[in-house]
Amino acid sequence: MPQHRITIVHTGEEFGCDEEDNVLHAASDQLRRKDIPIGCCNGGCGVCKVRVTAGRYVTRKMSRAVCGQEEEASGCVLACKLYPRSDLTIEVVGKMVRAIVARRSTAFSFDFRATVQVVNPDKET
Amino acid sequence: MALTGVLRPGHVAIRVLEMAPALKHYKDILGLTEMGRDASDRVYLKAWDEHDHHSVVLREADEAGMDYMGWKVDSPATLKKLAADIERSGLATDTQWIPAGEHLHTGERFRFTVPTGHVMELYAEKDYVGNNCGTDGPNVNPDPWPDGLKGISPSRFDHCLLYGDDLDGTVKLFTEVLGFSLAEKVMTKADPDFMIGAFLTCSNKAHDVAFIRQPVKGKFHHASFELGSWEKVLHASDILSRTKTRIDIGPTRHGITRGETVYFFDPSGNRNEVFSGGYIHYPDKPAITWYDETLGPAIFYHDRELNEAFLSVFT
Ligand code: FES
Ligand SMILES: [Fe+2]
Repeated sequence: MPQHRITIVHTGEEFGCDEEDNVLHAASDQLRRKDIPIGCCNGGCGVCKVRVTAGRYVTRKMSRAVCGQEEEASGCVLACKLYPRSDLTIEVVGKMVRAIVARRSTAFSFDFRATVQVVNPDKET
Repeated sequence: MALTGVLRPGHVAIRVLEMAPALKHYKDILGLTEMGRDASDRVYLKAWDEHDHHSVVLREADEAGMDYMGWKVDSPATLKKLAADIERSGLATDTQWIPAGEHLHTGERFRFTVPTGHVMELYAEKDYVGNNCGTDGPNVNPDPWPDGLKGISPSRFDHCLLYGDDLDGTVKLFTEVLGFSLAEKVMTKADPDFMIGAFLTCSNKAHDVAFIRQPVKGKFHHASFELGSWEKVLHASDILSRTKTRIDIGPTRHGITRGETVYFFDPSGNRNEVFSGGYIHYPDKPAITWYDETLGPAIFYHDRELNEAFLSVFT
């Protein structure tokens, strides 16, 4: 089974991923740090969202609430539903960045006071 | 005080991305029983100890999450009265009557949207199918549980935890219009009047629905199903592991409600919970208060720390 190299842009981290394996699973298996935040692993929650900046891939069904059509067209996909067909370069987007920052600062902010709707699948970056 | 008005959470309608894996999860792993399918391909399921026709409705859609939660009330008269009360309160939007039969084996439902953006329904009638425990006819000389249970096999759909912004409005609607009590609340230390979590009950349970304030509308954190003991929660976790179901956290205990729990995900990323324990709530019991600074042990009593996933992973 062909294995492809996945490179995460802003950490420079690299790992291998089979065509039958999803990028989130491969990352969590091989990287010591959790460079891609792990949520539902099933395409529903959107925390694992990445933008593929280079390479070919296929995806399986992702919840439109967290990955809109336009977004998908611009290369944003859910890592747990992302299957490589060549080497890939990816960058973290959306809630993922927040999670990485949160791990560094240990405390993450709760945001309880906001009352506006911030979850906007097509605009979230 | 007798239990009147709103009796219990009667159903939850969940959106799934693909029906086949969803059914494998909800039937074979969680262990609900399929009760029927309707013309629009929704699948109706129930847990073994529920007497009404269904408690979970799955619909294939492009988005995961919850369509609505339904509440059984004690009579058609109560249904009419509460519908009028909700209209009059001005707290709900998009109110409408759903005709009888729109859900299989179910009477008319009054549907409304609460201030946190969640769609709720009240209904008075759903066909009785029983729990299959009677040895000499329904409910006559029953066995304690029926034959042929599969997977985790919880006894009932128990509650949902939901995320939304206007928590105060939703709590007001549930307490002042629908007659729920606030069993537990989470407040901020800086502003002790500012609520960030509400655990509401219409019964003797520690909660029938809970809401956490987050800057979103109508989001779904989990649907929960009841198990009889801590050992069954452990056994459920064994089943989840051996079926390689994605476990979110647990088995552990919640500080809030004292329930013993395991959280896991369905194949569309919707969170499920099975739990046991908790306490008996009476309407005269003082509300329990937690503060944001102890949210860790309030949610996960043993870790004493909220994991990132609790707040950011929802559908
Ligand atoms: S982890 Fe939830 S969508 Fe990928
Ligand atoms: Fe729960």
